[in-house]
Amino acid sequence: MSASTTYELSSQQALEAESIHIFREVAAEFERPVLLFSGGKDSVVMLHLAAKAFWPAPIPFPVMHIDTGHNFTEVLEFRDRTVERLGLRLVVGSVEDSIAKGRVRERPDGIRNPLQTVTLLDSITDGQFDAVFGGARRDEEKARAKERVFSFRDEFGQWDPKNQRPELWSLYNGRHHKGEHIRVFPLSNWTELDIWTYLAAENVDLPSIYFAHEREVFQRDGMWLAVSEFTQVREGEEVVRMSVRYRTVGDVPITGAVESTAKTYDEVITEVAATRVTERGATRADDRLTEAAMEDRKREGYF
Amino acid sequence: MELLRFATAGSVDDGKSTLIGRLLYDTKSIFEDQLEAVERTSRDRGDEHVNLALLTDGLRAEREQGITIDVAYRYFATPKRSFIIADTPGHIQYTRNMVTGASTASLALVLVDARNGIVEQSRRHAFLASLLRVPHLVVCINKMDLVDYDETVYNRIKDEFRAFAAKLDIGDLSFVPISALHGDNVVHRSQNMQWYDGTSLLHHLEDVHIASDRNLIDTRFPVQYVIRPQSTAHHDYRGYAGTVAGGVLKPGDEVIVLPSGLKTTIAGIDTADGPLDEAFPPMSVTVRLTDDIDVSRGDMICRPQNQPKVSQDLEAMVCWLSDEPLRDRGMYAIKHTTRTARAQVRALDYRIDVNTLHRDESAETLSLNEIGRVKLRTTVPMFVDEYRRNRTTGSFLVIDEATGATVGAGLVL
Repeated sequence: MSASTTYELSSQQALEAESIHIFREVAAEFERPVLLFSGGKDSVVMLHLAAKAFWPAPIPFPVMHIDTGHNFTEVLEFRDRTVERLGLRLVVGSVEDSIAKGRVRERPDGIRNPLQTVTLLDSITDGQFDAVFGGARRDEEKARAKERVFSFRDEFGQWDPKNQRPELWSLYNGRHHKGEHIRVFPLSNWTELDIWTYLAAENVDLPSIYFAHEREVFQRDGMWLAVSEFTQVREGEEVVRMSVRYRTVGDVPITGAVESTAKTYDEVITEVAATRVTERGATRADDRLTEAAMEDRKREGYF
Repeated sequence: MELLRFATAGSVDDGKSTLIGRLLYDTKSIFEDQLEAVERTSRDRGDEHVNLALLTDGLRAEREQGITIDVAYRYFATPKRSFIIADTPGHIQYTRNMVTGASTASLALVLVDARNGIVEQSRRHAFLASLLRVPHLVVCINKMDLVDYDETVYNRIKDEFRAFAAKLDIGDLSFVPISALHGDNVVHRSQNMQWYDGTSLLHHLEDVHIASDRNLIDTRFPVQYVIRPQSTAHHDYRGYAGTVAGGVLKPGDEVIVLPSGLKTTIAGIDTADGPLDEAFPPMSVTVRLTDDIDVSRGDMICRPQNQPKVSQDLEAMVCWLSDEPLRDRGMYAIKHTTRTARAQVRALDYRIDVNTLHRDESAETLSLNEIGRVKLRTTVPMFVDEYRRNRTTGSFLVIDEATGATVGAGLVL
């Protein structure tokens, strides 16, 4: 980041500086932070910023993945490669284990995304984590638009949107009692386009499924879902092979692909800048359950 | 591309949500699925137009009650600038919300209904914007379509607002006559108001000069975190990480570290992308010092001939943000830059009526949404500047030690 003589930061530089400030604040004030890392593009940016915040020292906290068992292979490989490259400790909270232990029950539809909350909260308790970094952005969804950067969670991990701490200037209040924790969102003020522009500018590595590739897909509820061991193609659904990429990465059965030929960052950015549908609206079945689907899940302690 | 953060104030009736909806819609920042949802809801409710205000409704409780509870952040960009809007609701907990939104804003946008002219709420919003030192204030005189786009109505409201604003400390004040509903003068110049020779609101937001709003004179670097890799490659590395709060730092600068008072020079300014020749607000950097002296979080690096006030006595305007009133003689935690201390309330000099600016010296406490001048005594010295001089080193949070809640926002006098 080079300083210009006009003493102005670009929008990108200002966002980066704010995020780095947040990482350092948490490292200084909390005993056991952890960063949620799924291999998704937002968590990749988060990790990249964390590495910059503490350079030349290593990132002073572990990363955690809440694993539903329904992952894209490319993303799991990317996760392990990244963790090794940065010399980080990886904590895996397994939804499969939670099911085996009877903490949650498999849903009739087999979708595991909503089950993650229990595994996430159990993993936070087991690891005694007091600050949990998440990659959520306020532009993603209307409940998230009202989320604080430091978001207080009670002993049950619950979010109370009507009773949030006012957040002023760049002063963050991380006070909590034992058993409570703070969710920290360093990317609060980033938009989808900011994420892509930054990834390109910093030349950050991403899982390959974010770029156009050939894949067997079928259409369900207006979304292109991948053929995989986790999805059953129903009668009347036609499997086609086409060039797609992913805008968000969640569980295979609920994450839709978009038709695309964008193989490079520049091509993806051109598409993102021209797109007329939000990334969650286009590609996430989990947000379509009800108008307040995200708000409800967040209240219970979801990401 | 530059970033502009601005806060909007006004109630639903002023058309604030419609204005924001209009800005997002006309700059093509609304996505099709969002617009479809709004069109659907508008139809269901029997609204005459597509109700752009619905774009900004967030939580279920808000939709059910038709009100906005909390500050919401919205994002849009034009080829010239990117924008973060802190959308603050007008009627419930107005002070708490507006103070929060205005604290990070470079510009405040106040809405006035052309039919009603200046009302109590307009004065309150202008006062809060000036108290929080938002450098630019834009008054949007809205619903011009309902007064036949009449120039005399616009001029009358403008003059009245100017007369009131003269009593306040407002750096840059401007006015735009608009109709958020029809889009007049929001993104495009209106054909209905040929008498208006100014620019559209968006054009103003894109062009307003914000670069000189920061303090580049008084060097202030609150130490946030000490970086010591203790690795073979960087065995002796010791860097002080933080965000520049004022002035310009350069390698070779003579500096003093507070509270120790020890002098040294800046050996280098590091980032993960390489060393820098200078650092200015709000850059996040790591400073190395020439001498091996004891520096830790909460210390302040500044220039020997330009230091903040070092004191245990704080005089501040405090905005009260909690249902539980300010306790006289009460102990609170104070968070100021990267420094945390305990503080006792020593006196409440007066409470200010945010509508009339009247000072009530007989006030005994501050309740939710009230503002007053407070004397505090801290357990350790603080390094402060006047808020009017530096919004970062002049601001602090008041925290309830028992609950951990943020109960007050302080602006150093």
